[in-house]
Amino acid sequence: MNIFKLSWKYLMAKPLSTGLNILLLALGLSIITVLLLIEDQFENKMSRDAAGIDLVIGAKGSPLQLVLSSVYHIDFPTGNIPLDEAKAVSRNRLVKKAIPMGLGDNYEGFRIVGSNHEYLELYKVNFNTGKAWTKPFEVVLGSKVAMDKGFKVGDTFVGSHGIASASHEHDEHPYVVVGVLAPSYNVIDQLILTSIESIWYSHDDAYDPMELEQEVAKRGFPKTDESREVTTVLVAYRNPIAAIQLPRMVNARTSLQAASPSFEIARLYELLGIGISLIQGLALVITFIAGLGIFIALFNSLKERKYDLAIMRAIGAAKSQLFLLILLEGVILTFMGAVIGLFFGHLFIYILVITNEQGVISGLTPFVIVEKEWWVIAYALFVGILASILPAWNAYRTDIAGQLTR
Amino acid sequence: MITVKGVQFSYGNQPKINIPDIELNRGDELLVLGKSGSGKTTFLNILAGLLAPQLGEILIDGVSLYKLKGHKLDEFRGSNIGIIFQKPHLLSPLTVAENIALPYFFAKKASANKVLFYLEELGILDKQHAPIQTLSEGEAQRVSIARALVNEPKIILADEPTASLDDENAELVVNLLKRQAKKLHASLIIVTHDHRIKNHIDRRIIINPSGL
Repeated sequence: MNIFKLSWKYLMAKPLSTGLNILLLALGLSIITVLLLIEDQFENKMSRDAAGIDLVIGAKGSPLQLVLSSVYHIDFPTGNIPLDEAKAVSRNRLVKKAIPMGLGDNYEGFRIVGSNHEYLELYKVNFNTGKAWTKPFEVVLGSKVAMDKGFKVGDTFVGSHGIASASHEHDEHPYVVVGVLAPSYNVIDQLILTSIESIWYSHDDAYDPMELEQEVAKRGFPKTDESREVTTVLVAYRNPIAAIQLPRMVNARTSLQAASPSFEIARLYELLGIGISLIQGLALVITFIAGLGIFIALFNSLKERKYDLAIMRAIGAAKSQLFLLILLEGVILTFMGAVIGLFFGHLFIYILVITNEQGVISGLTPFVIVEKEWWVIAYALFVGILASILPAWNAYRTDIAGQLTR
Repeated sequence: MITVKGVQFSYGNQPKINIPDIELNRGDELLVLGKSGSGKTTFLNILAGLLAPQLGEILIDGVSLYKLKGHKLDEFRGSNIGIIFQKPHLLSPLTVAENIALPYFFAKKASANKVLFYLEELGILDKQHAPIQTLSEGEAQRVSIARALVNEPKIILADEPTASLDDENAELVVNLLKRQAKKLHASLIIVTHDHRIKNHIDRRIIINPSGL
């Protein structure tokens, strides 16, 4: 026998009350856990996905939409921009690197991104099998695409127009898989990568078969005499001054739009922040109610157990042992609530991930422990101590003789 | 040796309870008699170190009981005084063996052997893992006696131990208490108004509230 076992026995003597208190606390803490996991992983993912991209240049429209569609591939592109204009901007002395992109097609919901090999270098990819594309209609698959669709090098498929599944198919231009990437744990895992030329030719009504045999541009912009378009250009600044001058120059003097991923994402967090704060507040209220429930349960059980406590004192229990007994009951309840709450939180993220094959949510890792989760346990234990300290104090002050003579 | 000297107690404005002076050696038996409400249980609580008297002193083997404070008094009570209540008052979330082990645990001793010994001694070994709710009244009282004995106390205090028992069980319990007290060479003090016990113990005192 020990004091922990004694507390446990008393808790287990009332399984329904104990179970409900744990469940209520677990629900509150699971919401906090989900928010922590999403917040932490989103922040990490957002910064990983945007690493090395200082500015996105695309068609006029919502700057947030431009960033979301070009960097994170989670929104519709704002439109296309003339290739010549994009080239002109990229020649600016403030631009260190400019990676053109052609967006707008998909294969069963996985986005097809036309770019060059610099895009692969940006994310420091490794190949599981095969190599990068060199000719039109050759594609490299992100690890998640390859795994979900079961494609390997040499397989072919037909892309569809638009970025959602079940769109019009470009059935006259099948893509050939020439490489499969190792997992990078960023947005590229969910992309189908090819050359910009592939995107152009797949939308052409007629094309020269000879073009399909020519090598595509591996760096910079594709060479063409025709009037072509790209969707966006990802820009890396040459120096810090560019951060001030380049976006202003693009927005004021061209028909294009420049948007900074870091600025737009900060703005997005600001917009979402109110909602997150509300949910956090709700979770804290639920946890507080759970704490109140534990307090009421302990306080009521104390009324029924006054005689038990007096008996314990009579057979040699110290006041401090009774104090600890009740305090431990609150702590055990909240600790179990915290552990189950954390599990529920991770389980909820897991369910979100398996029910969302694509998009940002699918990129979450459900069973990873973030540092802040230790604070959830600490917070729960604090609630437990707070809820049980008054009942424990009452147990400490038990009037033995008074109870025994009643 | 137990010495009760000049002890007086009263609850607020109620009549004073005068406790006769007593000297009791190890192994002695004493019956404390008195009408209902005369203060018998109060006397027992005072002897057990649960209720401090306004006047007087209680010495157990030379230790003045109420000069011990806080956990020292709890420890002393746990190690030296075994209390049996009118009703068994066992802790329902615990099994029989766990109930008996409690005083050992509170006194921070390891319990297994002694618990088994008293389970066997009191004929309830087969009930050691039984939930309290499954015990008969007689069995429950034997468990409470085992709980009082497990720390091998110097004094055994029993408050109306036969009040709720039939004649057969009452006889059994009194004999059991006398036998165990003898084995432990402990002083046995039984507080009762049960006439069935009167013939079992020769030495007796009567408690009366003053003025009555």
